Amino acid sequence: MKLSTNFVKDYIDIDVDVKTLAEDMTRIGNEYEEAGKLINATNLIIGEVLECTEHPDSDHLHVCKVDIGKEILNIVCGAPNVRKGLKVVVSQVGAELPGHKVIKKGTIRGIDSEGMLCSMEELGLESKFLTAKDKDGIHELSADAPVGGDPIRFMGMDDEVIDFELTANRGDLLSILGMAYEIGAIYDKKVKDIDLSHKENGEDINKSFKVNIHTDNCGIFLAKRVENVTIKESPEFIKNRLIASGIRPINNVVDISNYVMLETGQPLHFYDSDSLKGCLEVRMAKQGEKLTTLDNIERQLTDEDIVISDGERAIGLAGVMGGLDTEIENTTKNVIIESAIFDPIKVRATSKKILRSEASLRFEKGLDPNRTYMAIERACNLLEKYADGTVITGTVIYDKTEKADKVIEVTFENINRILGIEVPKQEVENVFRKLGFTYKSTNDSISVSVPRRRLDISIKEDLIEEVGRIYGVDNIQGRLPVIPVKPGNYNRTMRNIRDKMIALGLNETLSYILVNDKEAKQYTTEDVEALRLLDPMTEERNTLRYSVIPSLFKIYEYNNAHNVKDVSIFEIGKGFHKKDEVYSEENKLACLMTGEYYLGLNNTAKVDFYITKGIVEELLEYLGFAGRYKFIVTDDMPKELHPGQSARISINNDFVGIIGKVHPIKTKDDVFVFEINLDKLLSKPVEKMKYKEISKYPTVNKDLAIVVNKEVRAQDIEAVIRKSVGALLSNIKLFDVYKGANIGENKVSMAYSLSLTPKDKTLTEEEINATLEKIIKDLNKKLGAELRK
Amino acid sequence: MKDQINKAKENSTKEIERCKSLKELNDIRVKYLGKKGELTIILRGMGALSEEERPVIGSLVNEVKEEIEKLIQEKAEQLEQEQLNEKLKSEVIDVTLPGKKVKRGSKHPVNRIIEELEDLFVSMGYDVVSGPELETDEYCFERLNLPKGHPARDMQDSFYITSEYLLRTQTSAVQARAMMANKEKTPIRIVCPGKTYRRDDDATHSHQFGQIEGLVIDKNISLADLKGTLEIFVRKMLGDNLKLRFRPSYFPFTEPSYEVDVSCFKCGGKGCNLCKQTGWIEILGAGIVHPNVLKMNGYDPEKYSGFAFGTGLDRLAMFKYGITDIRLLYTNDVRFLKQFDRKDEENEIKY
Repeated sequence: MKLSTNFVKDYIDIDVDVKTLAEDMTRIGNEYEEAGKLINATNLIIGEVLECTEHPDSDHLHVCKVDIGKEILNIVCGAPNVRKGLKVVVSQVGAELPGHKVIKKGTIRGIDSEGMLCSMEELGLESKFLTAKDKDGIHELSADAPVGGDPIRFMGMDDEVIDFELTANRGDLLSILGMAYEIGAIYDKKVKDIDLSHKENGEDINKSFKVNIHTDNCGIFLAKRVENVTIKESPEFIKNRLIASGIRPINNVVDISNYVMLETGQPLHFYDSDSLKGCLEVRMAKQGEKLTTLDNIERQLTDEDIVISDGERAIGLAGVMGGLDTEIENTTKNVIIESAIFDPIKVRATSKKILRSEASLRFEKGLDPNRTYMAIERACNLLEKYADGTVITGTVIYDKTEKADKVIEVTFENINRILGIEVPKQEVENVFRKLGFTYKSTNDSISVSVPRRRLDISIKEDLIEEVGRIYGVDNIQGRLPVIPVKPGNYNRTMRNIRDKMIALGLNETLSYILVNDKEAKQYTTEDVEALRLLDPMTEERNTLRYSVIPSLFKIYEYNNAHNVKDVSIFEIGKGFHKKDEVYSEENKLACLMTGEYYLGLNNTAKVDFYITKGIVEELLEYLGFAGRYKFIVTDDMPKELHPGQSARISINNDFVGIIGKVHPIKTKDDVFVFEINLDKLLSKPVEKMKYKEISKYPTVNKDLAIVVNKEVRAQDIEAVIRKSVGALLSNIKLFDVYKGANIGENKVSMAYSLSLTPKDKTLTEEEINATLEKIIKDLNKKLGAELRK
Repeated sequence: MKDQINKAKENSTKEIERCKSLKELNDIRVKYLGKKGELTIILRGMGALSEEERPVIGSLVNEVKEEIEKLIQEKAEQLEQEQLNEKLKSEVIDVTLPGKKVKRGSKHPVNRIIEELEDLFVSMGYDVVSGPELETDEYCFERLNLPKGHPARDMQDSFYITSEYLLRTQTSAVQARAMMANKEKTPIRIVCPGKTYRRDDDATHSHQFGQIEGLVIDKNISLADLKGTLEIFVRKMLGDNLKLRFRPSYFPFTEPSYEVDVSCFKCGGKGCNLCKQTGWIEILGAGIVHPNVLKMNGYDPEKYSGFAFGTGLDRLAMFKYGITDIRLLYTNDVRFLKQFDRKDEENEIKY
């Protein structure tokens, strides 16, 4: 909302500069974006062109002698409309124009120029506000402009404007009167009355005109008739105030409807009475009904849109925009004024679909029916004064609205309890008096009559807010809540997992959960029902991800494209899916590794399956799952993974994740990923960390090399050895894997280092040998292994 | 015999002096003091001496022996020192060559902020809770006093997946969940950091962004309590000497509502491009929980009151680390991520 300070000063006596006003308004909750002069230019003066000759060296420049009172300036001007005798806006040398343009003395094609003759555009007026004449050249001041005077003041454009960013609940501030009350509350000033006076002439309109309301979505509908209006340009003050408020002047009648809307907040609509086919009615549109609006666009309507009709056809989209057929034209003589309130939610839905207008903006926020009456009277007042109109007696009234003040009571104790300070009773009363509310108070409580204009106030907490706002939140001293002390809790595990991954040299990412519908189904073999957005912003991000890996893959692609080849990243994020009609979201830990991985001690290694697997193992052991996890190859691995280099991660035979190389059809690089469903993993109980006694007897280390068929899995060999030795085995480590002709084709040799730690005695040579022999026997029986010779 | 002894003394002294290595020194020891050494032989030959001479010569031999031993000892120490010096000299390395590091990865700046906030609020007795990101319209809006068709819903254009389910637009959704779960049983003191989503994407807005929500409900919780809490929060995160400005505002779920500005930490309030010349930076939204919200979620507004606040985590991270483009937080350029691999500086606690 752009506030013209000249306009609001009609209703409130204030003498503060525009910045102070803007800051003071901000302090009570009305934030502003910009505050300054309507025409932000210095060193302007009214001049008269005494002489105007053609520039000898140019086919369009003119050389002018311009009288500015104190001296006569030589100015070169390129405007086609400059001529002898014209009164002009001169920006003198040193003048600063909008856009940081500074006027300097100069020479234009050999001729000195001591200033510039200005167009309205050069003075900073947006082009939509320019008249046809102003678009083509410099601004022509009227003949009575005083030479040497201030042109901005002469034009009535010495206005200051504050552009407010208002909160959604303060529809009342979309009006000059609303602003006046608000400003009055700051400076303790009374709002002046609005002039509604006019004559009423002829036979009562109710004898010849009716309105029929066929919908509950119209609470009040008033109509008046004004005859014999003269369509012409508006007086300067109306035009300037509209411009300052961001509305383009059109003609006096149309401008008056906009002016009254700005003043009262009540949008009006004027119909050309002679183009109406009958009386006005308000109804819901028929499905598919068509209406060409003022902007000459044919709109297709639905039965959710409220329309005004003249009995035969829709002539206006209620609350949004009028129809083209009945608009005010230069030939219009007689006007029907509509002042009405329509259902905010319906107007909002229609305007969202069709068009946001100044009117719909106000209807959406709700209106005060008292203003509905005020606005129609005010329009008559102005039409009589500035359009020579004859106001016809009477008003057609349909009204189901409540207009009396809302009475709300609140105790002083309640006010103080919520604000956390003691506001003296007197101060509370002052707040409501300043706001222009009446009240009655006892020792304990205050009963406030809240005018209808303040639609945002309906409960006692709203009154408390007003006290806080006007009394000033700066007067409240901050303190901490007094609540019994207890330790705060948080889930440390997620943080521990992150820290562990970071300790393993991985970089944490933060990715978008929205992916495209193909990615949303990747890295799983489950038949995932993709959760698609109803209204995505782009097709690239139209679905919620199931797996976090596609998000990480995108990050890898981004880095790869920026020539960052070594990527070791992880993220804990949500994956989403729907199963058995239930939406679920799960915390997942995903990791992606490619390029060189830093092993520590200045060594790097090219990432392979085992490095990535090592990370998983480290993490699982850190989380207490040592000895309980397995990597299992199933027939149905996700198709995004290399079929020969991928596995499922299982804990006690329950799958909790996947690991593998990204399938070569997706990328030429060697990219390895894993993902663990953390919710599933962490729901599994782990043993408490407890001290285990260190054996007093010496540990015996023995190496054992066996030869097996190459299909035999290391995991299985280890399992057999563990089972074979039992509790005596304190450590097992694979230290060599060998393939070669000397051990036979399709064979592989695996060398293990075993640590045997007895609990209750020193091992004898015989016992050690017996243990080793049993291992070999078991391995041979279960896996066909032979001792390597 | 005396001469013989003195000769041995003289010779050995010279030899020890000339000696260059521990091995040579040992040879000298053997030569004079060994089993077949000169002085040992003399001692053995003493049987041929008279009773009177024997003790004289005996003590002389022992005297010389001791002297030689002492010399050898001294020489040995000297040689050992020299040898050590030699060894140390040969072992000089270039200490400026790079160390062999075990390097850590890095934590995302937004998560760093979350952890810092969690630690702060946990220290004040708050519980950190989480809620679903795929939320129902009921919890995201309706239970927060935002019925369908409410104009304030426009402030938060949403991603719906059905008419009922959407990606939460605000962590405030957790407010209703916390109240419904607690039902007046105990005071509520929670913060909820998490991801939120709105249909909005430009240089300063990301369709996905982080928020933290705070909620305190008990008897007699006031605006003054909110103010004090936020003063601690903002100063701890952004700087001790900052000023706060509470600007009345509007949120459907709080009444009264405030937007909180902090004096610009870049220019100190004089006006700069960060604060758009205003001297203030909007940092969070807050207010007293609306009685409708209390009522709808099982709390009697006549008995209980509370405050709630919410702020953007991405912005806090950007302020804290001087990040100028929000997109950097989500593109995850590894060169960007790796910059966050150290601990944050901390103010020393002084008494």
